[in-house]
Amino acid sequence: MGLTLVVKEECATCQWLLPLFEKLQAEHNVSIYSQDNPDFPQGLDVLDDRELAYSWRMNIEIVPTLIATHDGADERRAVGWVRSEWEAVIGASLDFDGPDFRPGCGSLTQDPGMPEKLAARYDADKLKSRKLSLGNEEDEIEACFERGWSDGLPLVPPTEQRVLQMLTGIKRSPDEVIGMVPPDLAECNIEKAAINAVMAGCKPEYMPVLVTAIEAALQDEFCMHGLLATTYFSGPMILVNGPISRAIGMNARGNVLGQGNRANATIGRALQLVIRNVGGGKPGGVDRSVFGNPGKYTFCFAEDETNSCWESLAVEKGFPKDASTVTLFAADGMQGIVDQRSRSPESLSKTYAAALRVVGHPKMAMAADAFLIISPEHERVFKLAGWSKQQVKTHILELLTIKGESLITGAGGIAEGIPEVFADSDIPKFRDGGFNIVRAGGSAGMFSAVIAGWGASGQMGSVPVTRQIPAETILG
Amino acid sequence: MTIILDPTSESAPEFRAPLPRPASLDDMTVGLLDISKPRGDVFIDRLEDLLGQRGVATKRYKKPTFARVAPIELKQQIVTECDLVIESLAD
Repeated sequence: MGLTLVVKEECATCQWLLPLFEKLQAEHNVSIYSQDNPDFPQGLDVLDDRELAYSWRMNIEIVPTLIATHDGADERRAVGWVRSEWEAVIGASLDFDGPDFRPGCGSLTQDPGMPEKLAARYDADKLKSRKLSLGNEEDEIEACFERGWSDGLPLVPPTEQRVLQMLTGIKRSPDEVIGMVPPDLAECNIEKAAINAVMAGCKPEYMPVLVTAIEAALQDEFCMHGLLATTYFSGPMILVNGPISRAIGMNARGNVLGQGNRANATIGRALQLVIRNVGGGKPGGVDRSVFGNPGKYTFCFAEDETNSCWESLAVEKGFPKDASTVTLFAADGMQGIVDQRSRSPESLSKTYAAALRVVGHPKMAMAADAFLIISPEHERVFKLAGWSKQQVKTHILELLTIKGESLITGAGGIAEGIPEVFADSDIPKFRDGGFNIVRAGGSAGMFSAVIAGWGASGQMGSVPVTRQIPAETILG
Repeated sequence: MTIILDPTSESAPEFRAPLPRPASLDDMTVGLLDISKPRGDVFIDRLEDLLGQRGVATKRYKKPTFARVAPIELKQQIVTECDLVIESLAD
């Protein structure tokens, strides 16, 4: 068994224990590491740990820390001064006058900003990505633009220190593979996700959400390749449900689809950067969208579950209420619905149906999916009438069952339309499972919003994908 | 000097040169791939006519849906039956 003691001169408890340190080194051959002064404790054999390599490797949080090691492995430790613990580590009673307890001081490894610096100094070999040296006169942010990594906005330069810090946000190994990212079908591991998360401006605690969003986007049924390549407007939208959305401070209320919330803004952006940088998917390259939409910079928000009388989308999809989930949807931009007069569920449903009818084209059916985002003031209309979310959904879908004769090509003097053989059929606007309702938004305003989906929704293109964020990957 | 980490797949050189163009179509079979976009067949029909007038052998293929990548079987069939392929991408 070997005994090691970590101290610093600046610590009053270490100063007070000096007579004991002398005895321990003389009688038990204790190795002493000093964090701040190799001449402290004076007159003893001291190992210089001013670079904090040993303290970092041994994960020292408090000084003094006394460690018993066996074959190099940590066997037992005493932190601060607790007489009984020290005696247990030494395996003998200690002849030392004074109280049995005195707290220690913080290890220098825990100073503000120090863990990040030490991680970059001692853990950088965990990172396997290609390291690029920037010129001394090169601006770091301009360098990221010039290398083609940007979505058009400035990126946070992905230094080793920042990437290591990002990796502390998820309990997964940097080399774990998340999936193959289109269009290049290049492997994306946790480290590449973290690099792009740094560039997007994420906090480490967003990593479990981002990684699950990437996993969901790479499911075959989501059809990320086709979604990227299409001439249509769509891009990936991320909806977050469950406790993690509140834990990381996502916005589900006022301006929910707008700017200003870091988690909403950067998680959506990071997914797009992964597609761009890892997958190689860029506008003008494989991305052939005619218009795109502003959500292709970032499109990520949370459902307001704590303030709603309805079950959340995740619960509708069969996940437990306390599960955290991510839903990916191939989405266009947002179309607002104003209805400030409806006070009955029937009237408001008709408003919704009229607005949803135009998704893609008023004569298009069974093609594009849609999400309807209902605000609190609109939800109240249904709540007062006792309508569940399922009732609202069913009623709207009934209203959106349309006579084929009005949808066929040529009907209404419009060439666009479905084939004439459907003239005598009743046609649902949305395919089965293609219409979803989410409750979010600010508390004042009788508005709701339609988020239309890709014209190639469903099995022939993209299906919304919901994945649970594994609890074991979340910190805390 | 700042060190940053490469956010890309690191798998490709910066520029990838396209394959060289064939000097002639003599003795070659040209695949004509319709990706199932509306009116893609009009474009393919015309190409078939023009190539036929020049005595070039053609074979036609069709993806099940334009929204998804071609099934592996279809890609393998084209590779084994053709020397070149022309794909009609646009509406």
